[in-house]
Amino acid sequence: MEKSILEVENLRIRYGGSETDAVRGVSFTLGRERLGIVGESGSGKSTVGRALLRLLPGATITADRLRFAELDLPSLSEKEMLKVRGRRMSMILQDPKFSLNPIRRVGDQVAETYLRHFKCSKAEARDKALAMLEAVKIREPKRVYDQYPHEISGGMGQRVMIAMMLLADPDLVIADEPTSALDVTVRLQVLNILDRLVKDRGIGLIMISHDLNLVRNFCDRVLIMYAGRIVETLAAADLDKAKHPYTRGLLAAQPRIGGGRTPLAVLDRRPEWLEEIA
Amino acid sequence: MSVSVECRDLAITFGAGPTAAKVLPGVTFSVKPGECFGLVGESGSGKSTVLRCISMLTDIWTGNILIDGKPVRDIPLIERCRTLQMVFQDPYGSLHPRQSVRTVLNEPLVIHKLGDHEERMRRAITDVGLPVSFLDRFPHQLSGGQRQRVAIARALILEPSLLLLDEPTSALDVSVQAEILNLLQRLRDERGFTYIMVTHDLAVVDHMCDRFAVMLHGEITEILPRDAIPGNRATHPYARELIGASLEYEGAH
Repeated sequence: MEKSILEVENLRIRYGGSETDAVRGVSFTLGRERLGIVGESGSGKSTVGRALLRLLPGATITADRLRFAELDLPSLSEKEMLKVRGRRMSMILQDPKFSLNPIRRVGDQVAETYLRHFKCSKAEARDKALAMLEAVKIREPKRVYDQYPHEISGGMGQRVMIAMMLLADPDLVIADEPTSALDVTVRLQVLNILDRLVKDRGIGLIMISHDLNLVRNFCDRVLIMYAGRIVETLAAADLDKAKHPYTRGLLAAQPRIGGGRTPLAVLDRRPEWLEEIA
Repeated sequence: MSVSVECRDLAITFGAGPTAAKVLPGVTFSVKPGECFGLVGESGSGKSTVLRCISMLTDIWTGNILIDGKPVRDIPLIERCRTLQMVFQDPYGSLHPRQSVRTVLNEPLVIHKLGDHEERMRRAITDVGLPVSFLDRFPHQLSGGQRQRVAIARALILEPSLLLLDEPTSALDVSVQAEILNLLQRLRDERGFTYIMVTHDLAVVDHMCDRFAVMLHGEITEILPRDAIPGNRATHPYARELIGASLEYEGAH
């Protein structure tokens, strides 16, 4: 791997008021690639994503190293962080219904990214936003620009979010369960759009998901998290060759089309998984 | 004890006048006793509405719904609730946050004037694979999978014959989903339940159901047997697209 965009070493996150760390010693590096983080709810995968953007007020974040491009993230002030967030690193959230402002036109929300980070006129920002809406395959971008979030479908809303997050041409996009609120048919369309844009622009992508099929199809490398730790790192193509019993358990628990109707394997959680280090 | 379900020309319109929305234009299907029937389709296609009509949670529909040959409207409330029960999608929203599991399970027993409360509650909670001590817990002391088990126990406690399952596992992780699907499968083998299951995951349909209906804009486009999935033997274009997308998503084996 050539130059990495992100280096994380021994990241620990503790929520305020909690006695244990939610994320315990996570280390990874990310190049211009698509990295999946998989795990069950509560395994700390979203917490890692939010910590990178410093979106965890009240939580204590410590790390031996947390480098993004040339920046040392922990040393940045909140003011400097504002220039990173949305401009160089952005996050696509799970549910467009709750992540878009319900009382503003969707196009204006997309254009805001550009207005905030670049010196330009409103008309310029509008043109940029329209072009981006077209890039995420929204038909009639002019009409959609003036609509409100409740007037567009979930799949369209998620594409609007993608447009918003890619408009400033960031180096790193963190997608937190970008499609779990969508139907299978729409999900595939949205993922293909995201995938193509990320590839064309050479953006680093962190895909946070609990869906093994999704990371298998849309990521190069996969980290598997359990109880705040990374238990295994694999190339996505080798997911079937996973060695850790937790990963194997997750794979076996997934019903498959054409699979036998035998009872599905159920995870037998071992206490030693909590302490192992991959 | 199993029952059959038959829906004939089930239609429902919400609202009135020019803004009225015809949600189901006329749905017809039948489910054999002991069968697991799946309803799939995109969001807004009316899958859950069908379940709500069968259970009479929504009762402004027209057409016929027959349960074991009897029109569901003519079945008295008490008897209807003992025949069919529903399990909802979100175990975080479907349990009262300030009621203990015991209260949740006790209420139907009181309403239906059944005896041996303690014994029935113990049996229901054991049936879903939870320890009896969980009767004294509150929903916030349970994980998502455990909550869904409690919701299933609540449905089972009246010993119904028909279970309406509205996306019972879509809010859960795969590992927990496996536990719930195994539980549903085992209960069906033991008690011969009839299931009508709404889901958007065709892998779950393939695992659980005998037949399934693909819905689009409130209409059933096609009713297919389970083994039509692997080779995509659907004929309707939307059903083909849906199955095709699911196969592609699975990594096209």
